[in-house]
Amino acid sequence: MVKYIGKRIVYMFITLFLIATVSFFLMQSLPGSPIASYSKLNETQRAIVEKKYGIDKPKPVQYAIYMKNLAKGDLGTSFAFKGKSVNDLLASRIKPSLILGAQAMVFGTLVGILLGMLAALKQNTFWDYGSTFFAILGISIPSFVFASLLQYWIASQWHLLPVGLWNDGWKSSVLPSLALAMGPLALSARFIRTEMIEVLSSDYITLAKAKGANGFEIAFKHAFRNALIPLITVLGPLAAGLVTGSLVVEQIFAIPGIGEQFVSSIMVNDHATIMGTTLLFSAFLIFIIFIVDILYGVIDPRIRLSGGKG
Amino acid sequence: MTKILQVKDLELSFHTFAGEVKAIRGVNFDLIKGETLAIVGESGSGKSVTTKSIMRLLPQSSAEYKNGEILFEGKDLTKVSEKTMQKIRGKDISMIFQDPMTSLNPTMTIGKQIMEPILKHQKLSKSKALEQTINLLNLVGIPNAESRYKMYPHQFSGGQRQRIVIAIALACNPKILIADEPTTALDVTIQAQILELMKEIQKKIDTSIIFITHDLGVVANVADRVAVMYGGKIVEIGTVDEIFYNPQHPYTWGLLSSMPSMDLADQKLYAIPGTPPDLLNPPKGDAFALRSEYAMKIDMERQPPFFKVSDTHYAATWLLHPQAPEVEPPAVIIERMKTFPGSRYYVEQTGGNA
Repeated sequence: MVKYIGKRIVYMFITLFLIATVSFFLMQSLPGSPIASYSKLNETQRAIVEKKYGIDKPKPVQYAIYMKNLAKGDLGTSFAFKGKSVNDLLASRIKPSLILGAQAMVFGTLVGILLGMLAALKQNTFWDYGSTFFAILGISIPSFVFASLLQYWIASQWHLLPVGLWNDGWKSSVLPSLALAMGPLALSARFIRTEMIEVLSSDYITLAKAKGANGFEIAFKHAFRNALIPLITVLGPLAAGLVTGSLVVEQIFAIPGIGEQFVSSIMVNDHATIMGTTLLFSAFLIFIIFIVDILYGVIDPRIRLSGGKG
Repeated sequence: MTKILQVKDLELSFHTFAGEVKAIRGVNFDLIKGETLAIVGESGSGKSVTTKSIMRLLPQSSAEYKNGEILFEGKDLTKVSEKTMQKIRGKDISMIFQDPMTSLNPTMTIGKQIMEPILKHQKLSKSKALEQTINLLNLVGIPNAESRYKMYPHQFSGGQRQRIVIAIALACNPKILIADEPTTALDVTIQAQILELMKEIQKKIDTSIIFITHDLGVVANVADRVAVMYGGKIVEIGTVDEIFYNPQHPYTWGLLSSMPSMDLADQKLYAIPGTPPDLLNPPKGDAFALRSEYAMKIDMERQPPFFKVSDTHYAATWLLHPQAPEVEPPAVIIERMKTFPGSRYYVEQTGGNA
């Protein structure tokens, strides 16, 4: 197991290195430059700015410098935000996104799993149809519609929670988390329902019934764990996406998160920030996939991992 | 001769999209304490459904008890509450399933799976239950039980898994053990081991067994009595000798004739012609009539009642009616009947022609 984890960590770094390389050159091949918008600059000033940010050097040299800094954990200096370091920029933006993402994930999955279980256990009844309807709504209604509805009713009409911004402690996080949670909620509900129905018709569930287990024991002791595998496969990447920020929801609630920052940095060709955000997102995704792989083994003993033959 | 279970006029239907499937159409039998009753018949004859209906393991949404009763310790199992049923399942009546590869929960250690009914029904402490679990594993012949109870099903072979399933079924010393084709999914050598194990255990804990199979070789090996099912009904029931050596129903003849035999190696194996009846629209008369060369006009019109052959042997065929013409069973069957005292073809020891 330790050997396996070690191997995976090495692979994770290699993956990250490749992603950094590919995105670096992809970005360089884009038309325009970070200072294209500085139209008022004359030739000399332009040269000074280019020299300051190091973009006068040949591409391979720039790449070498970037990778060297990256290895030290330095993501470079932002072009757009008055020479602030990308590390600082991301650090100040990551917290709201992390909190919202994590809350949405936990709430969405838990409620989704409950709804899905309910639907599967009471198949073809009012509960099943109700939960399915709810899940389809969750999948098909865009999060901004749901976000606006929450804002209108809960914040603006009933004054229960703030409309937006990130200045009222946990209260500020409730509505955006709810809006974000709809996706994972609907997805978990659908997955768990389908999987539970299949598991509930399997032989070992009949055996559990034949032992005298009651409905609760069958659902939670015997069926649930076996129904979880497909769900965590899709939830992993979804979690990475949520935690690294949702542009739409952050915009609607005026939350200074990472998603919002990503888009604005693309608008102004802020290479260093784009790179930084991309790498952060990739690192999250890779890490979560790693966690998911470990979880497989925890949930299903048949997929216990070993170091392999290598 | 204590009757531990009585099934009376049991009728059960499944509601499907195509309509009502009459899977069991009036089944009667008693289970005597300590005996092994084999239920044989082809796929779809209602063997498994009958036993699952005893434990009420059929989907409640589609299965419906239409008529009859299942009497166990003074209770009609078709009528008792689900709660009562949960107390009976696994404690008084337990079941061994067909496919050991799928009947164990893959994400639970086998120790936990065996302990579950013990903890549930016997209210023992965890350590006592564990002790009993290890005893059970030893009983069913799993080596190194003390360390292996922590393992998962995929770490055992098919035969071992079936032993574990048997251990689960035995956990609370059930009064009735239902074995639903317990050896069908196993290879022949393992089959023999499992059958030996079951016989041994039956002696030890004095339980009654209902053994479902379509393997007549297995029946001859384990059963005291045999019930032959066809089209959702029992067509013949008797002791194992009576069924094997003095069969009366044309379907039983067909079954026994289609049994491969060592000394008939060069002959073509007999197969019963036709297909099983459609239980969506069951035939009016004898369900086997359309496939039987012995069918008479009345077989198409009316279902035959049980005719008594001996105190323990009954068969539902019009051929046993006093007015029925005498027919000659297939040659293989006559050969069998020659050895059975009391059959009309019985020949004294020395042999000769009938």
